[in-house]
Amino acid sequence: MEKFEKVTSAAVPLPIEDIDTDQIIPARFLKATSRDGFGDNLFRDWRFNKDDSPKEDFALNDDKYSGEILVAGRNFGCGSSREHAAWSLYDYGFKVVVSSFFADIFKGNALNNGLLPVQVSEPFLQELIEAIHQNPSTEISVDLVAQNITFNGKSEAFDVNPYKKECMLNGYDDIDYLVNIKEEIEAFEASRTVY
Amino acid sequence: MAKTLFDKVWDSHVVKSLEGGQDVLYIDRHLIHEVTSPQAFAELEKRGLPLFRKDQMVATPDHNVPTKDQHLPIQEALSRQQVDKLIENCEKHNVELYGLGHPFQGIVHVIGPELGITQPGRTMVCGDSHTSTHGAFGAIAFGIGTSQVAQVMATQCLLQSKPKTMRIIIDGELKKGVLAKDIILYIISKLTAAGGTGYFIEYAGSAIRSLSMEARMTICNMSIEMGARGGMIAPDQITYDYIKGREFAPQGEKFEEAVAYWETLKTDEGATFDQEYVFPAQDIEAMITYGTNPGMGIKLNGNIPGLIEASNKESFSKSLKYMGFEPGESLLGKPIDYVFIGSCTNSRIEDLRIVADYVRGKKKALNVNAMIVPGSKQVEKQAKAEGIDKVLEEAGFELREPGCSACLGMNEDKVPAGAYCVSTSNRNFEGRQGPGARTLLASPLVAAVTAIEGKIVDINEYLN
Ligand code: SF4
Repeated sequence: MEKFEKVTSAAVPLPIEDIDTDQIIPARFLKATSRDGFGDNLFRDWRFNKDDSPKEDFALNDDKYSGEILVAGRNFGCGSSREHAAWSLYDYGFKVVVSSFFADIFKGNALNNGLLPVQVSEPFLQELIEAIHQNPSTEISVDLVAQNITFNGKSEAFDVNPYKKECMLNGYDDIDYLVNIKEEIEAFEASRTVY
Repeated sequence: MAKTLFDKVWDSHVVKSLEGGQDVLYIDRHLIHEVTSPQAFAELEKRGLPLFRKDQMVATPDHNVPTKDQHLPIQEALSRQQVDKLIENCEKHNVELYGLGHPFQGIVHVIGPELGITQPGRTMVCGDSHTSTHGAFGAIAFGIGTSQVAQVMATQCLLQSKPKTMRIIIDGELKKGVLAKDIILYIISKLTAAGGTGYFIEYAGSAIRSLSMEARMTICNMSIEMGARGGMIAPDQITYDYIKGREFAPQGEKFEEAVAYWETLKTDEGATFDQEYVFPAQDIEAMITYGTNPGMGIKLNGNIPGLIEASNKESFSKSLKYMGFEPGESLLGKPIDYVFIGSCTNSRIEDLRIVADYVRGKKKALNVNAMIVPGSKQVEKQAKAEGIDKVLEEAGFELREPGCSACLGMNEDKVPAGAYCVSTSNRNFEGRQGPGARTLLASPLVAAVTAIEGKIVDINEYLN
């Protein structure tokens, strides 16, 4: 996993609620046996027509919008546990997703892959979307060390689990930690009654 | 201190707690399938790590498999590669695999319970969000991402923050024709698709207690559709009777010992939940969804809400436009093109019996394409033993071979763009059953009536 400290960039707005993982990466693209290349099919059916031509009115196809930050409506990432959703966002080039609410499994998957989910209040989200619509090159800054998100002089703090923050800042993951406590896990196994 | 069922099972699996609130949670059983495991095996190999407890793992292919001619090689190249990769990985690492053609093969969430792998008090995970199904036995079961699949493979543990707890009580007697699927669609329509996020749910109350294990699984299965990590139901005699004698169930004296322990797995009097809801069973009627998330459900004979009632008008309008429906209208009389009976929500023997009982002596409507897909080889075998396949055949249906099928359309079973499908599965997301497909979620009974009538009808008028 790559280290994450701070991202400053413009953002792509997608102010739709309940964006599910089937939209982020439709099931028919889950047949790969490696992690690479999922970005090409990110939001496939919203992004492309049947003949693979891009849909002009979709934000990711709109030249106005760019950057490493995706700003989405509430309950982002609901649906399946497919980590491919996080891979495809990351592979496409997003480092941060901002929403007023995230689905649990998606949030965990994102954090395990160096993609930072930033949960903000609904009013802050609405102001942010408004600002991006008015000026697509609005610069947004997401600082993991200070745990805040800033644009046009407005700032809001966000929560992140302290352990997960350490992991993101240092670029390591749960598996490193768990492998190191193997003896404790074995001791736990020996101590319990199993039916 | 008084504890909830959830607390009891969770606490007995905590290896240690870290500062900042994460627990190292021990996992008893790990189910894997072909879609979310290859990258996890690759991760382990990259790091040079062996499987930690391969005997606590079981694998089966389900998402990609064809539901016809399973004895032949899989036609679609990418699907075949993924299934082959699963076989290769399981052989290399000595993991128990129930491959195509094996008498135990099926959808992971159907085979776990029917083989007796799912037991009260266990922790279970799978790289699949509907792992919540297994909670029907009083287990803590939840879906995980592929990085976590690798963690469990390497250490049999996960780092988890303990979720909040919610109890949903359904008391009283259910109306005729109201099934478990209606209960859960009703709950989600009340709580919304995000209403359970951050929680683990316990379902309780006399209406829940009266349900069979199959029906309890249907309810726990869809916990994730309101965002909850999982759902649970306290084990009781119905649970023990279901488990007894199954392949991997404890046998003889061991079974009695296990039951004595399982008896302790109940929420104590006075234990508190972070959130609680009570719904009278009498209020619940046959349900159907009209939109593109499972929270968008109404009574079968009700009306789609008006635009004015929508919390987010843009998302609501987008959803209705996709479905080709108008705000405020009724669904009764809408012609239906496809009926799908299957998926880990409703593909068990009880579901097939419900369908067979209704269609016996009737004929499927000509405008309807129907797919009836059993959840496992064992369900298929049982259905044939009971003559269900014949009943279905006479009514113009065909019983296929087991797999996830049109639930997510990773195999050939898809619903074409623009077509309407009444489906017993769990997700009505845009494109879920195929690009452009329009899914209406309902119970197996509603699906059966729809298949016969060729359109959406008020089932109350069709039940004798
Ligand atoms: S039947 Fe559908 S929901 Fe269940 S595991 Fe298969 S794809 Fe997932």
